[in-house]
Amino acid sequence: MSGPSLMDSLFQRSLEDLIKGLRQQLIGEQAFISKSLEEIRKEIKSTDLSTKSTALLKLSYLSNLHFHDMSFAAFPALEVLSSPRFSHKKIAYQAISLSFHDSTPVLLLITNHLRKDLNSTNEFEVSLSLQCLSRIANVDLARDLTPEVFTLLSSNKLYVRKRAVAVVLRVFEKYPDSVRVCFKRLVENLENSDPQILSAVVGVFAELACKDPRSYLPLAPEFYKILVDSKNNWVSIKVLKIFSKLAPLEPRLAKRVVEPICDLMRNTGAKSLLFECIRTVVTSLCENESAVRLAVGKVREFLVDEDPNLKYLGLQALRIVAEKHLWAVSENKEVVIKSLSNADPNIKIESLRLVMAMVSEHNVSEISRVLVNYALKSDPVFCNEILGSILSTCSRNLYEIIVDFDWYVSLLGEMSRIPHCQMGDEIENQLIDVGLRVKDVRPELVRVARDLLIDPALLGNSFLHGVLSAAAWASGEYVEFSRNPLELVEALLQPRTNLLPPSIRAIYIQSAFKVLVFCLHTCFMRGKNIAPSASLDNMPAGVSASASYESFEDFSVENGADAAVVHDQTCASAPITKESIVNILNLVELALGPLLGSHDVEVQERARNLLGFVDLTKPGILNSSIQEKEDSEGKGVETSKIIKLMHDAFSKELGPVSSSAQGKVSLPDGLVLKENLGDLEMICGDIEPPSSNSFSFGSPYEEEKDGLSFSNLQIKEANEQSNESTSLLAEHRKRHGLYYLPSGKSEIISNDYPPANDPTLQGDINDNTDDLVKLTAESLVPKRKPNHGKPRPVVVKLDEVDEKPVARKQPESRDDSLSGAVRDILFGSEDIPPTSSQSNLSNSSKRKGKEKLHTDPHMESKESAVGDGNSSSRRRKDRSQGKERRHRSPRKKDDKERKDTGQKEKKKGSGRHKSRQRAEEPLKVPAQTPVIPDFLL
Amino acid sequence: MGIRFILMVNKQGQTRLAQYYEWLTLEERRALEGEIVRKCLARNEQQCSFVEHRNYKIVYRRYASLFFLVGVDNDENELAILEFIHLLVETMDRHFGNVCELDIMFHLEKAHFMLEEMVMNGSVVETSKANILSPIQLMEKAS
Repeated sequence: MSGPSLMDSLFQRSLEDLIKGLRQQLIGEQAFISKSLEEIRKEIKSTDLSTKSTALLKLSYLSNLHFHDMSFAAFPALEVLSSPRFSHKKIAYQAISLSFHDSTPVLLLITNHLRKDLNSTNEFEVSLSLQCLSRIANVDLARDLTPEVFTLLSSNKLYVRKRAVAVVLRVFEKYPDSVRVCFKRLVENLENSDPQILSAVVGVFAELACKDPRSYLPLAPEFYKILVDSKNNWVSIKVLKIFSKLAPLEPRLAKRVVEPICDLMRNTGAKSLLFECIRTVVTSLCENESAVRLAVGKVREFLVDEDPNLKYLGLQALRIVAEKHLWAVSENKEVVIKSLSNADPNIKIESLRLVMAMVSEHNVSEISRVLVNYALKSDPVFCNEILGSILSTCSRNLYEIIVDFDWYVSLLGEMSRIPHCQMGDEIENQLIDVGLRVKDVRPELVRVARDLLIDPALLGNSFLHGVLSAAAWASGEYVEFSRNPLELVEALLQPRTNLLPPSIRAIYIQSAFKVLVFCLHTCFMRGKNIAPSASLDNMPAGVSASASYESFEDFSVENGADAAVVHDQTCASAPITKESIVNILNLVELALGPLLGSHDVEVQERARNLLGFVDLTKPGILNSSIQEKEDSEGKGVETSKIIKLMHDAFSKELGPVSSSAQGKVSLPDGLVLKENLGDLEMICGDIEPPSSNSFSFGSPYEEEKDGLSFSNLQIKEANEQSNESTSLLAEHRKRHGLYYLPSGKSEIISNDYPPANDPTLQGDINDNTDDLVKLTAESLVPKRKPNHGKPRPVVVKLDEVDEKPVARKQPESRDDSLSGAVRDILFGSEDIPPTSSQSNLSNSSKRKGKEKLHTDPHMESKESAVGDGNSSSRRRKDRSQGKERRHRSPRKKDDKERKDTGQKEKKKGSGRHKSRQRAEEPLKVPAQTPVIPDFLL
Repeated sequence: MGIRFILMVNKQGQTRLAQYYEWLTLEERRALEGEIVRKCLARNEQQCSFVEHRNYKIVYRRYASLFFLVGVDNDENELAILEFIHLLVETMDRHFGNVCELDIMFHLEKAHFMLEEMVMNGSVVETSKANILSPIQLMEKAS
């Protein structure tokens, strides 16, 4: 039973049988497969290589298409590999490429097999083993087989050499030291005239240049020659990829390649090559105006094409251009906006991104309005895509492009009402954020919040719960701007709030608490003819509570229902009367009574707080309502004291707090922090600010008499009258100056838009699309307007948190070792450490300076270098070497004091070293050294 | 890397050929193929052939009942990949004569060999049909 018998191998199923069998299984495919696997496990133990290899073949098939583990066959695969028969080898190599990876235990056993086949005289065996190496090579394999690959790089069999070139990439990646051995042969292959070799070697360099372009600058002349001469589009595309990486590093190179690329763009019939040219120009040559013009013209052809592929790519290219040349987008805006209603979601998203790229502070409100209308009509996915991009664009850089925050807040409210909206969390964050940062927007924020809160339908939509919690919070926190606080209490306590999750319900109750305290305070203080408190004084003129002060008794109780009145600016809305207060208190008791037993701690706690407060104050209020306006002794006074106390507790404004704010609080005297926490200082060291305690955003109302005046542009230092010393304040301002907007900015900005329906552009407008096209047309024209609109309100900014993280990415270490090795070869300076791109830079800048002196001869030599592409490369190199010598002597004089000479000696040394290494081609080495950019550029 | 993987999938979503140029575990492959097939097969003729997936792109094209899906890096040229797919189909067509799904099913290893001739290490190395097919024909004669 253990080993397979002769019968088993005689009647072994072939792969074809297996596939046929699989096809016959309509159901029970899995059972069939596991039965076959069972057979394979037996067959693979066979001593007969044919049986074994067939089993392996079947297993590969099942693994490849049906995801069955074949790791158990690793060793048998090696056994089949050692078979002398080519057909067996083929199967084994395929199985190995498919299943081996870095942690396969038998990986090391394969080295000798591979080496044997790499040295084989049969080119197909060599090819198979190269192919396999390109898939499974790890550090050890790459290291051990580098000599073989090196030999094959100059094999006279093209078929083998091509594959050796391609495998080099993997070998370099895994074992960077192999660069020292193989790189020069690889470069030699660049000059090979055979298209197969060329295509392989250019592919390798395209990948290498992607990772570290700077190292390959010295090879620019070779690439240039290929770019000009190549007839093969695949090769041209790869070379263009290389140049798009190299050109940004060397402005002179960019100037050089623009012409041939533009020629290609004009003449090529292949769309793929054309697209690569376009992409190269818009990503890397965007300084060259005429090339960009040409490219944008071609992009337009793509955009108007019927083929969705071209349209999509055109939009993508346009997005790249938009970063530097916004005019390209505005020239094509009709197409872009039409694409918003394309059948393809990918195209729609691409054009949405472009539309968002067009947004500026002048057109943000129009574009947003039209997009929101689009969102209403779109499918849920795209709808949320639109909303998401509006939200992220508008909030970019602390609402940089928003001038009219009242508009923005109402837009947020509007967006949350769109049926498919799932962006509740983001809207929630922004509502709170804007409320905290922008003082002037608060009245509007409260109005928006109220509209959201009183709509019972919204409570059923779980996506909106976040928005509702923000609305509840805002209406509680900024209740003094509310026109009808009583209505808010009712909204916050409406029965449908039981649909909310407990955490949000707690916020509702707490907000109701704040609002209630405010109502009582307003009513009581007035009722008792006590001089208006600071906060009342602070209220804007339109707020009803103050306005209705005189005629207090004549008003009947009306709240909740008269929403229309509340909306009206001029009309004073529902007043706060004793009866209404009592009604509200009853309502609170009614609504919150059941919550005292709530299972959620937060909800229970808040409900208890609020009810406790009601219990405390209710008797006093009832009492005073009997005695009307008379000053009552005893209870009434006590009640008013309680109310005042609570009111004061709530009236302290909450400011945004920086995440590192704690560190700015200085240590009070006598407070000893635990010593064993001292090491925390090291951890927090980087966020530790200089000692100062003047950091505060709290701005109590009492000290801010005219904070709401719109004409007040300047940031008001809220704590002016506080007991903090002015010197500290000055220090604070100095240190945190950047968190405040420069005063000049808000003067320039204005929201004095031209009307959306400009008569001059009135055409066949029947659609939102045309609308948007039109308005972007207007607003993309930069204009300066006199500052007679509403100025942009102040946006409070925090410190580090709001700043963009300045992340300097260090190059990866692995790439470093690779590119370091490449540099060693190309620049011939063996002791440039891998990270010293700086020394490299200074090197090239020195060279640049030198060239200024020799401009003309360089131009000449460059022309000839390009011109005599057919003449022998040997001659070219001779000349360049001569040039090098010519250059060296003046440089030596100039920079004698510098260490330049030392470096040159190093170069010479390495050159010698190399010529020793490859004695048969002594001229190659100097040709690759740093002079090369000179004769190209 | 350039090309990360090449898949051939039929209309029913069954994989007919899978070639990866980076190592993925079986589970990763299964998940990846599932996601991609769901994404691409749902698209219609009027939509473009490019789909963004995770941090790379998929370029796909449908021939009769087979979808050819190629996963590529973001800076790869999409149109060139479409041409590559077409070249692959033409090559198989020349070899099998009117290639169909069954040809690929029953000669999977040949299809793999053609791919290996065309792509190495994730980059296209051979684009001439004759060059791709001649070693395969030689090997066929030899065995």
